[in-house]
Amino acid sequence: MEIATTSTGEKEFLRFSRLNRILHILMIVSFISLALTGMTLKFSYTGWAVFLSHILGGFESAGIIHRFAAVVMFGIFFTHVYDLFRRKRTEFGSWKNLFLGPNTMLFTKNDLHDFTGSLKWFLNLGPRPQYGRWTYWEKFDYFAVFWGVFVIGSTGLMLWFPEIFTLILPGELINVATIIHSDEALLAVGFIFTVHFFNTHLRPEKFPMDIVIFTGRMTLEEFKQDKPREYNELLEKGKLEENLVEPYQPIVIRSVKIFGWIALSLGFSIIVWIVYAMIFAYR
Amino acid sequence: MISFLKIYCTIIFRIIFFLTATAASLVAQENSDCLGCHGDRSATGTRKGKTISVFVDEKKFSDAIHGTLTCISCHADLEGKEFPHEDDLKPVNCGTCHSSEQELHTKSLHGQAIARGDALAPDCIDCHSNHDILPAKNPRSPISPLKIPFLCGKCHLEGSPVQKQRTIHQDHILENFSESIHGQGLLKKGLIVAPNCATCHTAHSILRHTDPYSSIARKNIAKTCTQCHAEIEMVHRKVIKGELWEKEANVLPACIDCHQPHKVRKVFYDQGMADKDCMRCHDKSEIKSSKDSRSLYVNYNEVKLSRHLNVSCSQCHSEVNASHIRPCETITKKVDCASCHAEIGTQYLKSTHGQLMAKNDANAPICKECHGTHGVLGKSDPKSSTFATNVPVLCARCHREGRKAATRYTGDELQIIEHYTESIHGKGLMKSGLTVTAMCTNCHTAHSVLPHADTASSINPKNIPATCGKCHHGMQEQFEQSIHAKLVGKTDKPLPVCADCHSAHTIRRADETGFKLDIMQKCGRCHEDIAKTYFDTYHGKVSQLGYTKTAKCYDCHGSHDILAISDPKSRLSHDNVVGTCQKCHAGASRRFAGYLTHATHHDPKKYPFLFWTFWGMTSLLIGTFILGGIHTLLWLPRALKMQREIKKAHLKKEEPQEKQEKDKDGNSNN
Repeated sequence: MEIATTSTGEKEFLRFSRLNRILHILMIVSFISLALTGMTLKFSYTGWAVFLSHILGGFESAGIIHRFAAVVMFGIFFTHVYDLFRRKRTEFGSWKNLFLGPNTMLFTKNDLHDFTGSLKWFLNLGPRPQYGRWTYWEKFDYFAVFWGVFVIGSTGLMLWFPEIFTLILPGELINVATIIHSDEALLAVGFIFTVHFFNTHLRPEKFPMDIVIFTGRMTLEEFKQDKPREYNELLEKGKLEENLVEPYQPIVIRSVKIFGWIALSLGFSIIVWIVYAMIFAYR
Repeated sequence: MISFLKIYCTIIFRIIFFLTATAASLVAQENSDCLGCHGDRSATGTRKGKTISVFVDEKKFSDAIHGTLTCISCHADLEGKEFPHEDDLKPVNCGTCHSSEQELHTKSLHGQAIARGDALAPDCIDCHSNHDILPAKNPRSPISPLKIPFLCGKCHLEGSPVQKQRTIHQDHILENFSESIHGQGLLKKGLIVAPNCATCHTAHSILRHTDPYSSIARKNIAKTCTQCHAEIEMVHRKVIKGELWEKEANVLPACIDCHQPHKVRKVFYDQGMADKDCMRCHDKSEIKSSKDSRSLYVNYNEVKLSRHLNVSCSQCHSEVNASHIRPCETITKKVDCASCHAEIGTQYLKSTHGQLMAKNDANAPICKECHGTHGVLGKSDPKSSTFATNVPVLCARCHREGRKAATRYTGDELQIIEHYTESIHGKGLMKSGLTVTAMCTNCHTAHSVLPHADTASSINPKNIPATCGKCHHGMQEQFEQSIHAKLVGKTDKPLPVCADCHSAHTIRRADETGFKLDIMQKCGRCHEDIAKTYFDTYHGKVSQLGYTKTAKCYDCHGSHDILAISDPKSRLSHDNVVGTCQKCHAGASRRFAGYLTHATHHDPKKYPFLFWTFWGMTSLLIGTFILGGIHTLLWLPRALKMQREIKKAHLKKEEPQEKQEKDKDGNSNN
């Protein structure tokens, strides 16, 4: 009884808003769907692709899934942009505050400092940098999505509606779009399922996964350890308390972990498959 | 003596006739009186209500054999009549003078038919005509020997009303006759002594062969034939005692048993043997060969139900000597079917089967292996082993895997019977029972079977389009206009024919998914690069996944009618390519058609922008991964170290607590 109250009773730091959590869950579903359906086509010369394509119900239904997931992805993207506009109005008041405030997503001098500090720390040449709310690798991931949605999304639309695009553009551009779409997707999938996975989930202090993106909550101890600068700033300003919330019930945690495991395994499977296709079956 | 009497009688008769005629003319008419009216070309009269021409050509009449007679000699009912006489004269009675001929004719089939009122029955003038009768010796006469077949043919030609509507036991009489040695002698060589119809059937006493008075009755046939073939019995003496031939013709073979009427051919039967002579021994079921004790029993019924029902034993089993007690003991050779089926025999000898036989190979199939022996049936008989649906089974006897032909075979067409049975042709034939479906001999031929490497073989690449085109003619026509056929002689590279894409024995329906996907590999065997680059595009990738909905080679290029893209008629020529894209992409435009369906990003010269896009993207990818990878690899060991440090710190904190707990445990134990 005592243990139960301590584990559930202790308040936790709220890192992600409800909307951002929902968007990230949708992003996972949409991204993995896009990756699976797209890769079957990209690596169609492997037995795995043929097998998977049949499981997905054939190339046509895979195509429908791919397009549907793409629409979801666009939806996520525009919802986020809309949310930025909303928060600019309600929270920040001006774009200047949003972009140049202490918790900006844009790269700052501090990020360069953190980056060099990290490299020094990696090589045992200095202490671990005092990371703030958004680390430089998190900002990189964030802008990678902007870049990816723009590059893969635009070329994807060209491949979806070639008749319309070729009213203006030459037909060869469809070939170019295919290469860009496919290779940029490979980059995105490869990067998310390796580097992003390590940075957020697999590094020893988070292993096997960090569920903060699903629950939005992290323990104070973890918060202090992971984002010391933000912790200290909040503490100094006395604003830590207003960011503390009740933790979720264990059932929610368990469900979230199951979802996390599924997403992680699918991601790894895709990596294994890509490596296999690139090394053993490349043509 | 007889002929003298005949002439005498005739003269007397003529004198009496002349006298009476002259006497009558005193009262009645000279020919000139008649010709006064009948010499006019436009003269008409009526007979049974019908208007007919009554013109008599005086010139022709006077040149004719009856030119010396008066009109009323024949038109006796006009004697003493006033002019102009009434219409509807009585028929002329030729018998007044030609009484014996008249009598014979009356008794003959023709005469009996007239008596029955048969409208098709011929009377005198049908053969002899009326006013312009010429003697038989006159070549212009319809009854001259050379013209008789045509005269009789007026009614007895195949398809004429008489042949169709009356019971005539023989068919193709005129055709058979003209091909027979008699007909050839008469019609081709103009030998007027060669027999014509009347020689055997007589001129007036034409009777059924069943009629004992008939010249062609079994009993009389020898007499009829010996009219010309005098002492033919001497030739046959070795067969039968000459005298029996005429006396007891009913127990002995008659001429026609060997030399069929109308079909008498220039064939030398090795001394005609009648089947029943053979069957005297071979009818016994226990009869066996003294050499190898195989049964020599012949089921004669089988022969009579076979294709060879009209062929006698000795025609196949030649070399019999009828003068021997056992006529067959002189036989030294096996039956040679080619003695009749000469052309097929030549084909067979050139075939692989025939070549093996020439080498005395024990495995060589000879005629009877496929066709059987005495019971041979035509290929249109469903019971025949050579009937379409039975042929695969027949060939399988040797060509099924493990059988004698299959074990000798060194090529790469294996399990041909099994594959054929599963193929579209095999299913059509064996499952759907379509006898028009291609089976073994349709492609390989029945008698000219040769390996595909032989240029004379029906399955030699050079000949395959024609072989398949026997049924798939439309495809052949298209194919022969295609680039694959047009290149013949212009390239030394091997060009595809039907079997290269469709295979030989595993031919599938072309609308089957498996075939549609397979065909791309077939194109790729020659068009290696272009197929490879196709598989780099969306169309190819979907096809590779096993779906047929995206464009495959033939969807754009065509199949049998494939043409060079430079050809204006090609589906991919400048004028046609947009239409070809529109088959699937309804909104396709000229620019849309600029899509590279065989693009590769590995060719910097041909597709520089694809090449550089690919390498640009790849550099971005590699660069990102190098940066991300280094960052991660550096981080990992440091993070592990940090984790250990944190754990150590935790342990230090927890140590005092643990000690206390241990102490508690120790106390309670004590």
